[in-house]
Amino acid sequence: MRVPRVLRALMGLRLRLVVTFTLVAVVATVTTGALTFREARTGVLQQSQDTVIEEFRHRVNTLVPNYRFPPDAADLDAFAADVSRGGRSQPWRVLVAYREASATSVPGDAFAELSPAMRESVRSRLATVFQRVSHDGHSALVVGMPVTFAGQYSTERPASGLEVYLTVPQREEQGYVDALVTAIERATVPALVLAVLIALLAARGVLRPVRALRRATRSIAEGHLDTRLAVHGSDELADLSRTFNETAAALEGSVAELRRMEAGARRFAADVSHELRTPLAAMSAVTDVLDEDAAGLDEDTATAVRLISTETAKLAELVDDLMEISRFDAGAAALHLDEIDLAESLRRTLASRGWQDTVETGLPKPGELRGRVDPRRLDVIVANLVANALRHGAPPVRLDLHAQDDPRAGRQAVVTVRDGGDGIPESVLPHVFDRFYKSADARARSEGSGLGLAITTENVRLHGGTVRAANHPDGGAVFTVVLPLRPDAAEDGTPSPVKEDRT
Amino acid sequence: MPRVLIIEDDRAVRDGVRLALRRQGHEVAAAATGEDGLEQLRTFRPDAVVLDLMLPGMSGLEVCRRIRTHDQVPIIMATARGDDTDIVVGLESGADDYVVKPVRARVLDARIRAVLRRVGGTADDQGTARTEHHGDLVIDRAGLTVTHQGRPVALGPSELRLLLTLSASAGQVFSRQQLLEAVWEHNYHGDARLVDACVKRLRSKIGEPPGSPRYVHTVRGFGYRFGPR
Repeated sequence: MRVPRVLRALMGLRLRLVVTFTLVAVVATVTTGALTFREARTGVLQQSQDTVIEEFRHRVNTLVPNYRFPPDAADLDAFAADVSRGGRSQPWRVLVAYREASATSVPGDAFAELSPAMRESVRSRLATVFQRVSHDGHSALVVGMPVTFAGQYSTERPASGLEVYLTVPQREEQGYVDALVTAIERATVPALVLAVLIALLAARGVLRPVRALRRATRSIAEGHLDTRLAVHGSDELADLSRTFNETAAALEGSVAELRRMEAGARRFAADVSHELRTPLAAMSAVTDVLDEDAAGLDEDTATAVRLISTETAKLAELVDDLMEISRFDAGAAALHLDEIDLAESLRRTLASRGWQDTVETGLPKPGELRGRVDPRRLDVIVANLVANALRHGAPPVRLDLHAQDDPRAGRQAVVTVRDGGDGIPESVLPHVFDRFYKSADARARSEGSGLGLAITTENVRLHGGTVRAANHPDGGAVFTVVLPLRPDAAEDGTPSPVKEDRT
Repeated sequence: MPRVLIIEDDRAVRDGVRLALRRQGHEVAAAATGEDGLEQLRTFRPDAVVLDLMLPGMSGLEVCRRIRTHDQVPIIMATARGDDTDIVVGLESGADDYVVKPVRARVLDARIRAVLRRVGGTADDQGTARTEHHGDLVIDRAGLTVTHQGRPVALGPSELRLLLTLSASAGQVFSRQQLLEAVWEHNYHGDARLVDACVKRLRSKIGEPPGSPRYVHTVRGFGYRFGPR
């Protein structure tokens, strides 16, 4: 039961909310971060490169007039060194080229960052060209610029053939960008944690009323019809709680009404039986007189007198059974437990009704099976089942008793009564314990009161046992009663699950 | 001819039972109220009383208690099924037996004769010693008297017969069912509360201290046993 429960929790509302919130947070953070990063990076690099190009152009413009034209190799070296001193924090790396000759500010500098394509572009377009390159894992800004003659009378600026190149490492700018990435990364983790927390809070807010609803529903199912929910706020869940309360109230009202009607019907039955008892008491007292004198009467009168006598006895039995059922209905039936030998009790039940020769038995030896039961109620249970088998089944009727150990209920006695008849039709089986139940093919009034099996059921239930009816595979109906034996229950004083009034 | 007093408020039942019991060979007197019953008890001197518990005016239980204050005449209660507490209270007030209405005359007659047999001596007792001493308790089996610490104890017929049965086999454990058969002549599935209520009454009359009886011991799970410890 453990694993599916965990799985169900994982698949639940809480997880779905957390996942959704996390996804939203991830998308928001990544998008914001990416946009911020792009804008900031462009801004930083643009600014630094504008500054560098401006300073470079100014330096070159300032220095060029100091040199002869066309320059020789020494001039080129001096010019390169001169320009390189324009760097603010550190000297620039500068390459100066004139036709085929060239010079670098740092002697022997291969100037690998400078691509041929860029040189070509500077030479042909006569414009300042820049390029951001990444070399050996370091990014750098390369700027190329042709030197032109300033025309005095025209706007044309013919090329001088002199080109100046500059490489500036962009360590600082790279640092800014790296810091930005780190900052975005760092912001993402708290954002995610926050998202999960908010999701959990939201889940809690939704789940609490849902859980309360579930508890209340279960409580109703267990029969606590007065269960109501506290309604907070006015959202959909509050509406649901309100609807639940209205439904529960309606249900409680209907059940109360039904119970009231049922109690009324039962009280009526009990009252009727009670009222019948007094006239019956008078009649029962004199039936023996009628029986004795019937022999001396003429035939018709004798028949009438005997009829009154036997029907009075049946009526007395019926009223007696009705009173007994009423006592069960009113919850007034009490168990009077006594520890007895069950086999002996069953043997006595058969003997006192003269059934010892008509019923086969399979009973334990004396002393083998003792238990705490209500002996009188056990007698009623067994007598009703055997009487039912004799009346509605066919011989042989067999009564068996054995003990069994149930892992939960402890030691139990199992009583079975089986007959050799055709069994009970499947459609009748669920109703055999109903009061006054008569199957369609048995319309004739039976000999019993029609309450025998119902009384048996109530007596078994009072013991905390079970009774069931079934058909044996080899034919015949089988009634099985299982009763707890309570071998450990004390005679007196100690608490017992059943009501006892013995001291 | 046994003399039986019926105390019953319903006229039809009273007349029916009176007629039936007379036919069974009893001499019968009938009273409609508890007060009248107590009066007839004095004048009629019955051998047994059949007492309805549901009486107008003075209740059957009250009548039972009043009879027992000065008389050990056998009392059979007639009750309605369902009056469970009344049965227990009635038995503890000193009734010897009960029948559930409606009851056939033959059944009632059998109960009356059984309770009357409890009063008379039985053949079994003749061979035994005339008096027995059990600690402070002296039982005279022939004279059917019991004294405790020298004072006579007024025992009802069921209490006396129960004590005689238990003490005849001192040390032997009797189950409630055995006692029901031996003392009350009920069948095995009779009401064991008769035994328990009677033991309670007996213990209180022979001065047993509550909780630690000296003569009638409860044997847990089995029944009762007689024997001074």
